Amino acid sequence: MSTQTSVSHSTSAAAGAPIVVVSHLCKKFQRDSFAVVALDDVSMQIAAGDFVALMGPSGSGKSTLLNMIAAIDHPTSGELRVMNENVFAFSDHQAAQWRNRHIGYIFQTFNLLPVLTAFENVELPLLLTRLSKAERREHVELALQLVGLGDRMHHLPKQLSGGQEQRVAIARALAADPTLLLADEPTGDLDSGSATEVLEILTRLNRDHGKTVVMVTHDPHAATYARTVRHLEKGRLQN
Amino acid sequence: MAIPIRYNLRNLRLRWGATLMTALGVALTVAVASFILALLSGLQRAFQASGNPLNVLVMRKGLSDEVSSSISRSKFGAIKFLPGIAVNAQGRPLASGDLVVVVSLRRRGGDGRANVTLRGLGLQGLALRSGARLLSGHWPQAGRRQVAVGVAVMRQFQNIRLGARLHFGKGDWHVVGVFQDHGSAFDSEIWAPRDEMAADFGRPDFSSVLLRAASPAAASALVRDIESDRRLKLHALTETSYYARQTSSGAPIAFIGGVIAFIMAIGACFAAMNTMYAAVAYRAREIATLRILGFTRPSILLSFVLESVLLTLFGGVLGMLALLPWNGLTTGTLNSTTFSEMVFRLRFTPHVLADALLFALLLGLIGGLAPAWHASRENILTALRG
Repeated sequence: MSTQTSVSHSTSAAAGAPIVVVSHLCKKFQRDSFAVVALDDVSMQIAAGDFVALMGPSGSGKSTLLNMIAAIDHPTSGELRVMNENVFAFSDHQAAQWRNRHIGYIFQTFNLLPVLTAFENVELPLLLTRLSKAERREHVELALQLVGLGDRMHHLPKQLSGGQEQRVAIARALAADPTLLLADEPTGDLDSGSATEVLEILTRLNRDHGKTVVMVTHDPHAATYARTVRHLEKGRLQN
Repeated sequence: MAIPIRYNLRNLRLRWGATLMTALGVALTVAVASFILALLSGLQRAFQASGNPLNVLVMRKGLSDEVSSSISRSKFGAIKFLPGIAVNAQGRPLASGDLVVVVSLRRRGGDGRANVTLRGLGLQGLALRSGARLLSGHWPQAGRRQVAVGVAVMRQFQNIRLGARLHFGKGDWHVVGVFQDHGSAFDSEIWAPRDEMAADFGRPDFSSVLLRAASPAAASALVRDIESDRRLKLHALTETSYYARQTSSGAPIAFIGGVIAFIMAIGACFAAMNTMYAAVAYRAREIATLRILGFTRPSILLSFVLESVLLTLFGGVLGMLALLPWNGLTTGTLNSTTFSEMVFRLRFTPHVLADALLFALLLGLIGGLAPAWHASRENILTALRG
């Protein structure tokens, strides 16, 4: 969790040392009769404690790269190491466990489970840890308070606004105290007011709690919140 | 830890229409299966309650039922003084030569006729059947053409009551008593004094002989001695064994009911499968989200199988609740040993209910496995795109 203790745990890698190392990553696939190149020899590093915005138009490969960092997609060739682990070597089972320990994933469409309350949604990743019920409650309450939803714990997603739903999703991504926060167009479905709130929360998590954030966006305004901005176009890194 | 069960329960509630329709299909299937099980349980109970383990039933060698058996009075004289037979207060051996025939009576509600076992009891016959209790009237007296009827006969057949007259043999018989024997096969019989019956039906010999052994060991010894005596050419077994063998009368019910329940179970499985496939398709994005949060394929599989099982268990409980008012209902079937009507009660015992729930659980497991497997194997990225 984002307490002082847990922050020191999640930033155990020396500040500035690469937490993600991408080497010559290629992803090609066939769609109908066309060969599509999603990633074309992409190499980059993401430093621990950085807030990186991956920008680019639709189909540029930014979400593909994000999904590879989360070990939910595989490349055609190339290497990707996260916290010095070759994530492509994981079995499906290992990848799931690794994601639970190290990755907090924020979706554009929030992806909260509609039948569970905000509290229960945030508790989900904690169910896979060894935390006791009381400890889980403590973590969930802290995460929801951190995103300003301490008073909405027992609301169902349908009883929340879009901005509130995304904040619950952020709390869920935070709850297990992951090393990396990956956000795929986190403001894509939000009005500008809610988008600003979400971006400010991500900034605060990065600045105050030392979380490494990788955010995919095509919104230049959202990208201004990041410390580092990288552009992808037709699968190639531009800068 | 697995995906919380409340996730499944609330999803079932959310899709209450599909849940209810599937559950009703399962309820019907479980109700049919439970009904068959309750019938068999009732039948088994009736036969198991029949007889006394100390009583040894003797019939003619090679025959397995009293109706077609015949034992001469001389043979009765030879076996009633065998060692090991208990004696009454007057020192007489507790042995009864009985005559068993079937008579045809009209069922209640104009539902045709059925055979009923008419048992002519020897002098010790009543003493040997100490479980039988009079509910009303008195036991028949010799020489007065009197009978006592089992309570199940009174319930199942027309105009059978205290004071009624029954016509069989060479004339009318007067119903002077109604008896009950703990729901045993005797409740489906009519009892009369043997010698009057023998005259009426022209049967001077006995159908069977019932002996009361002094002890369980003596009962075994009696069976062994009679079976091994080549001069007698008689077949002996304990009375409880005789009735326990007749539970095979339930075989046709078990077979026909089993076939119907099996066919319905296939339908219920497909209904559950269809509902669960729809649930998996509807919640593809949720499944992908759970996988990204760290839930493994086996935990997704388990969660959806569990949901399917919860669905069918709900149906199972509905089916059982619908049948409970029928508990204790009296019904009858043909006893394939005596070719007479065997009346018994439907019994929804805890064992029957547990079997029905297990059946519902199996329907859920079988119906839910393929959709759950599909859910657990779905590609995360494909599922995320919906």
